[in-house]
Amino acid sequence: MSNILSDLKYAKSHEWVRVSGDIATLGITDHAQAELTDIVFVELPAVGRQVKAGEACAVVESVKTASDIYSPVSGEIVALNQPVTDNPALVNTEPYAGGWFFKIKLSHPAELNALLSPEDYKKQIGG
Amino acid sequence: MLKRTALFSAHQKLGAKLIDFGGWEMPVQYTSIIDEHLAVRNAAGIFDISHMGEVTVSGAAAAEFLNQLLTNDIKKLTPGLGQYTLMCNERGTVIDDLYAYRLCGDVYFLIINASRVEADVVWMKSQWEKFPRRSELTLTDASHNYAAVAVQGPRVKDFINDVIPGASISAMRVARVTDLKKNEIGGFKFENHSVLVSRTGYTGEDGFEIVGSDESIRHLWDKLLTVGAPFGLKPAGLGARDTLRTEVCYPLYGHELDEETTPIEAGVGFFVSLDKGEFNGRAVLAEQKASLRSEASARQANGVKKKCVAFKMTDKSAPPRPHYKIFSGEKEIGEVVSGTQSPSLNLGIGMGYVPPEFAKPDTKLEIEIRGKRFAAVVVKKPIYKKR
Repeated sequence: MSNILSDLKYAKSHEWVRVSGDIATLGITDHAQAELTDIVFVELPAVGRQVKAGEACAVVESVKTASDIYSPVSGEIVALNQPVTDNPALVNTEPYAGGWFFKIKLSHPAELNALLSPEDYKKQIGG
Repeated sequence: MLKRTALFSAHQKLGAKLIDFGGWEMPVQYTSIIDEHLAVRNAAGIFDISHMGEVTVSGAAAAEFLNQLLTNDIKKLTPGLGQYTLMCNERGTVIDDLYAYRLCGDVYFLIINASRVEADVVWMKSQWEKFPRRSELTLTDASHNYAAVAVQGPRVKDFINDVIPGASISAMRVARVTDLKKNEIGGFKFENHSVLVSRTGYTGEDGFEIVGSDESIRHLWDKLLTVGAPFGLKPAGLGARDTLRTEVCYPLYGHELDEETTPIEAGVGFFVSLDKGEFNGRAVLAEQKASLRSEASARQANGVKKKCVAFKMTDKSAPPRPHYKIFSGEKEIGEVVSGTQSPSLNLGIGMGYVPPEFAKPDTKLEIEIRGKRFAAVVVKKPIYKKR
């Protein structure tokens, strides 16, 4: 049974965002890490990059496959989680904490309204 | 509709993730590829290999036919012995790689790749039709009659005799399963079934492959998991099977081998027996073997133009993957055919094809990963060696 935190917003493509003021922190859900298993590599975007909602901007690799990570919101990348690139298994062990990917300064905060609530995400993954 | 093996419901019960492999719905992993991989390296793992094909060839002319069909010398096989071998066309390129066993006298048993069963059988039948002594042998695709498991790892020898007790009753005669030596095959009684047990595998570890009826293999799977669990036995999927074989550089058809590649180019020339007489592809393979010894002749029409090398990543990078480009300086020189993060070594490893001049160990290469190039180095095969 996947863990879904009640204070986050979710994307259909299995990312979560945690909003604080105009900064959103992004990671992938417990369900996503369980599906990928054994994450061995994380590639993050450069700080300063402008991303559009729906744009592929990071990559996680399991032993078997590489998967794109999409930012569900637009804005500028302002911080990266360096520890997760050194220890990609954090995505498996702490998907909502130490396994976060990057922080983004929101340019279109209204996009947040299009994201899934915890309940809707739970429905999507058949929880 | 994907085909399912006799063990399909066992995989479902274990919560396996299932994928399409060569038209079969197969477990890619149960819990984690890394855990399953390390279980095989350190203790034991059990794989469903029922998707693989089986062909029997028997009769007075069977050995002569097989020596024409396959690259290795079948006459080296005494009853109860098997060998790795390849099936090539007239161009010397690979139709399939397989294991050929001599069960007794004139009876041979071939284990072929799941994805190649149809192509192999069409080819074998076409060769049989051209074979002068065809009335003296029978060739049968028996793939649908058999299921199979591989039990691999250093602890397997500690429990396999408790699962399949007693002496063999056919092929290699031994007092117990663990008396089989590498590449030997024996027929044993398991419960009231007959099963064939060979000391072979695709992981680089000691272990056994066991072929039998659907019912016998379903029982054997359950019994092995029960008896083997205290020894650390885990069910292992195709994901671990692929990382294990990549670490020890065993070729996989569709990656290192295909109909555009010869065994010499793939680095398995050891299994091409030029001195046994005529066989399919011999002329090309003889020329290629000779060209390896003299650099000038590599430029001849049938010289070796590419070689399969093993490499390790030396830069921190994402794992290499099949079809990534290989560079030397600014020049694109080849392509990755297998690549992964090595669970045993914890670094990116792979195999790829490059021109012969780049094939020597310690040659520096670059692998292009998502538009960026990362340093790698050619290493001697196997990439992983047991301490």
